[in-house]
Amino acid sequence: MSSADSSEPVIVVHDLVTHYGGRLVLDQVSLEVRRRETLVILGGSGCGKSTLLRHLVGLARPTSGSVRLFGEDICRIPESELNRIRRRIGMSFQGSALLNSMTVGENVALPLREHTRLEDSTIRVMARMKLDQVGLAGVEDYLPAQLSGGMKKRAGVARALAMDPEILLFDEPSAGLDPVIAAGIDHLILKLKAAFGVTIVVVTHELASAFLIADRILLLDKGRVVACGTPEEIRASQHPRVRQMLDRQPDSEAAPGQAYLDSLFGFKVGGGAKA
Amino acid sequence: MSIQIDVRRQEQTAVINVVGDIDLYSSPQVRQTILDALNEKSDNRVLVNLTGVKYIDSSGVASLVEGLQLARRSRVRFALCGLNKAPRQVLELTRLINVFDIFESIEDALKA
Repeated sequence: MSSADSSEPVIVVHDLVTHYGGRLVLDQVSLEVRRRETLVILGGSGCGKSTLLRHLVGLARPTSGSVRLFGEDICRIPESELNRIRRRIGMSFQGSALLNSMTVGENVALPLREHTRLEDSTIRVMARMKLDQVGLAGVEDYLPAQLSGGMKKRAGVARALAMDPEILLFDEPSAGLDPVIAAGIDHLILKLKAAFGVTIVVVTHELASAFLIADRILLLDKGRVVACGTPEEIRASQHPRVRQMLDRQPDSEAAPGQAYLDSLFGFKVGGGAKA
Repeated sequence: MSIQIDVRRQEQTAVINVVGDIDLYSSPQVRQTILDALNEKSDNRVLVNLTGVKYIDSSGVASLVEGLQLARRSRVRFALCGLNKAPRQVLELTRLINVFDIFESIEDALKA
């Protein structure tokens, strides 16, 4: 809403540690996202990147550490305050998360009906505007089941845009889409950034997508930050794990003897997410 | 920031002066003022002066669209003037810059 200095971080994560059950999922993760910046969190399956995204909207509470949005630590504020902050954030979910019983237009209008006192006629105009912005003009009366995968994804983005958010979060925006449709979503993200100056965080495992849309890339592996930098810096990195990811090398299949034996015996294995 | 709206009548035009941010909270008031002015039908033109508006969100833009829609139905002319950079950008991004009659100033609009 306000036009603050573009270098001021709107998201600050400090030493975030999270467990699922006894398993360590995020291990001392720290990051900053500046206003109008696009940060891509890149990592393989199970590296903790979706969990990290959920922490950014307060959908999960960490074991320790902090998540500051617009200067407020959302891990330590009451739910009502959290909801006030959430209204400034739009989230595009992996499965687009549209409600199947509602039309596309009603899905996009939902946050506005929930959180504002705008007239119905105003909300309907806004929903059509948002659909136009994602390239879906004229589909407001369709049901989600009548849309293709790529269109559903766009409709989910339109709903994320409903409240004119200052931060947009994308969870695996190209998952399940063919390469051409996925490239279309990448360009939509670039367009939204250029047009509205929103701060964007994208979680993905798609290398090409990450290098196309990111101002900075954060590489997450087994719940830890391995590297963070501009696409050029990441490309030039000699860190073995970064090289492995960029060069698409598989993990070594040889499990360390004792750890493998322990796992067969059913002993608990501590440590990282994929230990 | 609260919004200030006043309506003045000159040369058969209802001039709606808006000062402040037009956002989710203030746009209903702007919308109602526009619709009331259009419904009065005593003027043959409604002009929204946005000189004092530095920020307009999509609910504000949607309210202007509703005004335009009612104006066309009621055959009343509807125009905007005094667009600052950010509101102009928002209208460009929503591809609505060309659907509204837009003037530099109240004087320009009244001459047209």
